[in-house]
Order: sequence, then structure tokens, then C-alpha cells
Amino acid sequence: MKALTNTVFAGVAALFLLTGTPAAAEEAAVKIGNFTFGPKDLKVKSGTTVIWTNEDDIPHTVTSTTMAFKSKALDSDDKFSFTFTTPGTYQYFCSLHPHMTGTIVVEAATGSNVPPPK
Amino acid sequence: MTTQDEGSSQGPSRRKVLECMTWAGTGVLWTVAGGVPKSLGIIDQAVAQQSKGFTFLQISDSHMGFDKPANPNVKSTLEEAIGRVKALPQKPSFMIHTGDITHLSKPAEFDDAERIISQARLDVHYVPGEHDLIDEAPGKLYRERYGRGTKGAGWYSFDADGVHFIGLVNVVDLKAGGLGNLGDEQLEWLEDDVKGRSASQPIVVFAHIPLWTVYPDWGWGTQDGARALGYLKKFGSVTVLNGHIHQVMQKVEGNVTFHTARSTAFPQPAPGTAPSPGPMKVGDDKLRTMLGIASVTFKQNEQRLAIIDTPLQS
Repeated sequence: MKALTNTVFAGVAALFLLTGTPAAAEEAAVKIGNFTFGPKDLKVKSGTTVIWTNEDDIPHTVTSTTMAFKSKALDSDDKFSFTFTTPGTYQYFCSLHPHMTGTIVVEAATGSNVPPPK
Repeated sequence: MTTQDEGSSQGPSRRKVLECMTWAGTGVLWTVAGGVPKSLGIIDQAVAQQSKGFTFLQISDSHMGFDKPANPNVKSTLEEAIGRVKALPQKPSFMIHTGDITHLSKPAEFDDAERIISQARLDVHYVPGEHDLIDEAPGKLYRERYGRGTKGAGWYSFDADGVHFIGLVNVVDLKAGGLGNLGDEQLEWLEDDVKGRSASQPIVVFAHIPLWTVYPDWGWGTQDGARALGYLKKFGSVTVLNGHIHQVMQKVEGNVTFHTARSTAFPQPAPGTAPSPGPMKVGDDKLRTMLGIASVTFKQNEQRLAIIDTPLQS
């Protein structure tokens, strides 16, 4: 199994330091299998870190249609994570197999003030 | 098995009729004859005839670096394929490789491919597959090795024995929800590239993802492929060679013959027969019957083209 790949963790950690918001570190998982994202549509609270894991024998990517986030090519068992801090609808696809699409809907976190991203 | 272009009865006089028959149970022999449909008769005669023409080879989808259960040893199956090439009685003019040379675009994977494929001692004309462009700076390693003299993401054309060859790239800048993609810049180049050429010159187009729509649910097609084919309408003989789907498929539409080659690495399921197009695990005794190479022969004066797909093991 490959090391957890990402530049994103460093960015997230830096954000915590800057904002002083340790957040309840909510996580949500998306499995990539059989050339599909599962669940295809996922609703999360703002501040949630979504972790994608490639369970196929073929590499895939997680690529936002607006380039809000983009993984490198994920080999089998590789992971990619991204923390969503801004409410909204994020569409994404696999840039290698573009018929693979998914959506993350980010809702405002209730009961707390989540600082907007810079 | 015989496939005929059903729409051609009202078609232009140059319509082609395509015959296909199994070849000793190990491959498929295709002939396209101008005008009169022509059966090739017995197999030995067909093979003898085609060996007199101008021949080139197609290999595809080597996937160096792939190590999953569907084939943990893709280097040895590529070596077997190249062994087949070296054993041919008549040396082909050159090879084309229709992409996915590597599995993950790693330098060592490109090196392995080069080391094995060069043993055929043939010029090789490459186009990239999506697996060849996923290095850190996407496509850098591919272009360093194979990009010389190409345009854009790696497209180009050349002439050989009177045939015009066009290598296209349909694996970059793919759009969410879409299929393979050529893009405006490449299409404009293509239009210009074929402008002014005689309609009687045979055209061979090769690219990784099928230019025709094989199975959109699995992304097996090219969104703007029809536009490319539109620029080739006037030509009497157009052959489109692709890879990507790791199995032999063929179709004839008017003057255009579409053909996909086997992989040398692992098979993929027939459209819709599995939950996904992922690598298909078959028994060890069966694997080599589903991997292989293709040879293509032109006999120009007879306007005949033959494609023979040969598996590594019958």
C-alpha cells in the first residue's frame, strides 16, 4: 500500500493553525470501485474531510470540474483527501475515465461559525 | 463470419465490401476489396497473398508496471509478443503502438517498454494512452521520449509506401461525463493535413481510444471523433486503428474500416458483460489466447487491405 498521498494534509494543518479552529475533524469516505464513485452523491457539513480510496486495479483521479481540487493519479489503494470549508455543490470526475462522475454537497456547519476560506 | 456494409448498396462506386474469416482458429483475417466483393478462398492462399504486400504491425496497451491478478507479469507477455514479431517470415516495414505503453507513466516503466519493444528492431510510431500521461508534470516523460516532431499533445502524420498515416491523441483534456477528446486545435490540424491529398491515397488513422462509439457507458468512444472522420470522407480507403479496450472489435462504415487491437498485458470484458471495464482475470491457460498483436497489409494496386490479429497462443 502506498503512502497517503497528499499535499492537502499540510494545507489543512496550516489552516487549523491560522484559524485556531480544531474542528471536530469530521470525515467522510468515498470508495472508487468498478469505475464508479460510491456514494456518487455525498452530502457533508462544512469542515468535513472527504477521503477517496481507489479500490480498482486501474488508476483513477479525483478532479473537480472547477479545479477546486485535483488528485494525482491514484494507484490501487491510494487515497486522496480534501477538506471542504465552503458550502456549495462540488462536481468532480475522473480525468482518465471521464464517464466517472460524482458530487459533494457541502452544507453550512450548524451551531458554529466556520470561518470562510481565504 | 461475414460483415457487409449494409448501407453501401446505394453507395458510391468505390464502396468497399469487407470479408472476415477466422484464420486457423487463431486470428481474424480481413480483406477490403474495391468494387467487387471477393472471398479470399482458402486460408493458406490468403496468407500467401498478403505476405507480398507492404506490411506494418500494431501493438497496443503494454501497461508496463501493471502487476495485478489479471496478469502479474506483463513484461513476459510483451516479450512473447515481440518474439512473435521477430519470428515473422517477412519483416514488417515498421510498428505502431496505440498507447498505454505504461501503467503509471513511471520512468522505469517507459524504460522496460523501450528495452523489450526495441528488440523487434523496427521503427515504432507511438501515440499516448491516458496511462502514459499521468506523471507529475503530465505528459513530460512521454513527450521527452516520443514527442519529437509531433504537434500539441503528440499528434503527427507521415507517409509510407504511398499510404498516409495519421497519429492522433484523444486522451487529454477529457471533459466530465464525456468520452475521448481530440479538441479543436488537433481537428484543425487534421483538416489541414489531409487537404489537397488525392482521394485515392489510402489513409490510416491511429489513436488510443476508439474513434467510433463502441460503448459510451464505459467511455469507449471519442466525443468529437465524427468530426475527424468528416474530414476523411473523400478518401476511398480509410482504416482506423485503436487500442484501449483490450479486445478485437471491428466495424465497417462506408469507406472506413474500424479496428481495435488486443493488449499485450491483460484482457478487458466485452461491453456490458461485467460491472466495469476493469482488467479481466481469466485462467492462466486462457490468458495468452486473449493477448496479442495485429499485422496490417496493403496491396495498393488491388486496393486491398488485410488485418490479421494473432493471439500469443491459440
